[in-house]
Amino acid sequence: MTAAIELRDASRAFGSVVALDRVSLEIAPGEFFALLGPSGSGKTTCLRLIAGFDQPDSGQVLLDGVDVTDVPPFDRDVNTVFQDYALFPHMSVAENVAYGLRVRRIATVERRKRAAEMLELVRLDDFAERRPTQLSGGQKQRVALARALINGPKVLLLDEPLGALDLKLREEMQAELKGLQQRLGITFVFVTHDQGEALSMADRVAVFNAGRIEQLDTPRGLYTRPRTAFVASFVGSANVVSGALAEHITGRCAPFAIRPELIEIRPAEGALPEGLLTAAGTLEDVLYHGASSRCHVRIDADTLLSVARAESAGAAPLPPAGSRVRLAWRPADAVTLES
Amino acid sequence: MLRAASRFLHGRNAFYVSLLLLPPLLWLGTAYLGSLFALLAQSFYAIDEFTAKVVPELTLATYRQLFTQPANVDIVLRTVAMAFAVTTACGIVAFPVANYMARHAGPKIKALLYVGVMLPMWTSYLVKVYAWRLILAKQGIVAWGFDAAGATPVLDRLLATPVVGGPSLSSSYLGMFIVFVYMWLPFMILPLAAALERVPASLLQASADLGARPGQTFRNVLLPLALPGLAAGSVFTFSLTLGDYIIPSVVGAPGFFIGMMVYQLQGTAGNLPLAAAFSVVPIVLIGLYLTLARRLGAFDAL
Repeated sequence: MTAAIELRDASRAFGSVVALDRVSLEIAPGEFFALLGPSGSGKTTCLRLIAGFDQPDSGQVLLDGVDVTDVPPFDRDVNTVFQDYALFPHMSVAENVAYGLRVRRIATVERRKRAAEMLELVRLDDFAERRPTQLSGGQKQRVALARALINGPKVLLLDEPLGALDLKLREEMQAELKGLQQRLGITFVFVTHDQGEALSMADRVAVFNAGRIEQLDTPRGLYTRPRTAFVASFVGSANVVSGALAEHITGRCAPFAIRPELIEIRPAEGALPEGLLTAAGTLEDVLYHGASSRCHVRIDADTLLSVARAESAGAAPLPPAGSRVRLAWRPADAVTLES
Repeated sequence: MLRAASRFLHGRNAFYVSLLLLPPLLWLGTAYLGSLFALLAQSFYAIDEFTAKVVPELTLATYRQLFTQPANVDIVLRTVAMAFAVTTACGIVAFPVANYMARHAGPKIKALLYVGVMLPMWTSYLVKVYAWRLILAKQGIVAWGFDAAGATPVLDRLLATPVVGGPSLSSSYLGMFIVFVYMWLPFMILPLAAALERVPASLLQASADLGARPGQTFRNVLLPLALPGLAAGSVFTFSLTLGDYIIPSVVGAPGFFIGMMVYQLQGTAGNLPLAAAFSVVPIVLIGLYLTLARRLGAFDAL
């Protein structure tokens, strides 16, 4: 099957800053795809190349198997939801939504009808005559979505779509976006720096770091099998152990990552079940989060391991801060990283 | 002492604000609005034809004189036509410059352009006008340039145009128009650049993203959002042209303009009521223009 979007060795530099360094990428039709990374990692540049707002210095951009590297945005079958929504302030909500049809010279009656349909899809039918300034952040977001979808694009690009919303609204919109994508069956590509957002919404995630894709995998794959220390600590939280300590614990000279919730805190003395990996340390502090507690255990001067402990009713009380404890985990739970 | 004053003012916000506003309001109220109303009142007074004394009796005779004497009507129409032409030309010339300054230029070039736009305003107005008279003269540098390019027939053809043409650029309405456009261009560029700077780049990208070609993006997004700037700039260029009396008397054809009439009527002719009536014309026109601009939605994006 032809990829909906393909980047081939795409590079882009701004002056001496390399924003994107020979990135190749294939996104399947109908996929919900996330570009995840910290700011300046190249994820937004990548999105701009797909939308056509920017051209790669070298390499190619293909949509549906067709090279569109030099095709301007207005001739690409791709639409974008902007981070600041970019709603036209001098037009009503309905005019904003119908804009894509207006510039394609669709008749006014048809335009009104389809704009009304799109507004119904995002549940804003009562707001058609308002101005964008009279809407809340979440409403603006939905107008931007309706406007981007009215041309029936094969691909929808979303630039930090939830970044400007408050936490509760963000969770609602996550579910709404996911539902919308499944109903429409089109490819969604969204840029985010929020790993939680990427894990909960995307089918696959490309983790960007310093202009390159560090790992491309399903959310579960990223979380359970991070390839590098960067991915391990950027996606969820992870303890990354390297150097002599790693060799001391595992017997192999390679860094590894272990998730806080997979570590068990045990008393410093006493028998251990066979086959567990262990590290002894001092319990520094315990932060109570309700459903779980987060403990920090100092192994040596450079290493502070974080342990998440479920606070179920039967959980044994923790020793007081300052006590010597032993951390234990199954060897299979530790992920060996590329050094 | 200061401390006591500060303590007294603290918490008495209304008093504090009125203290600050009193001097400018006094100035605006008496010196500015007061003289404007005095002017308006003058235009409703009559003048005694024999003694040339102003008779403080309310009458519409002056306005009747203004709007029925063909020479006066000609002057008003001529001035308004020139103001329209100058405003339109300023808008067309200023837009690309302002757009480049606001959206494309790097910080250094931008600063250079802003200085470049404002620099001519630091020079004496009279020096510039007389310089233009020489530039546009029959043996001036413009004529010389046309000659050197072998394009003298083009210039001659231009000057042969009825109404706007004349014996030379410096004695034609065409030349006057050029000088007006030069003089008022900064007043159009600056507000326009300020308006364009407030248009987020993402709006233009969104327009392109939705399928608009650059021309459509310009018409549907950039131009409507720049309208407040264009409106502000055109109020400057329009009213400055309506009121100016130096440029029409130094450069151009001999026909009179409103400003020249006001100057002459209140001076040598001593007909203050008619001078006042003439100067009411630009005020009314600008008022109408602003109302129209508002109706057309020029200020909706503010």
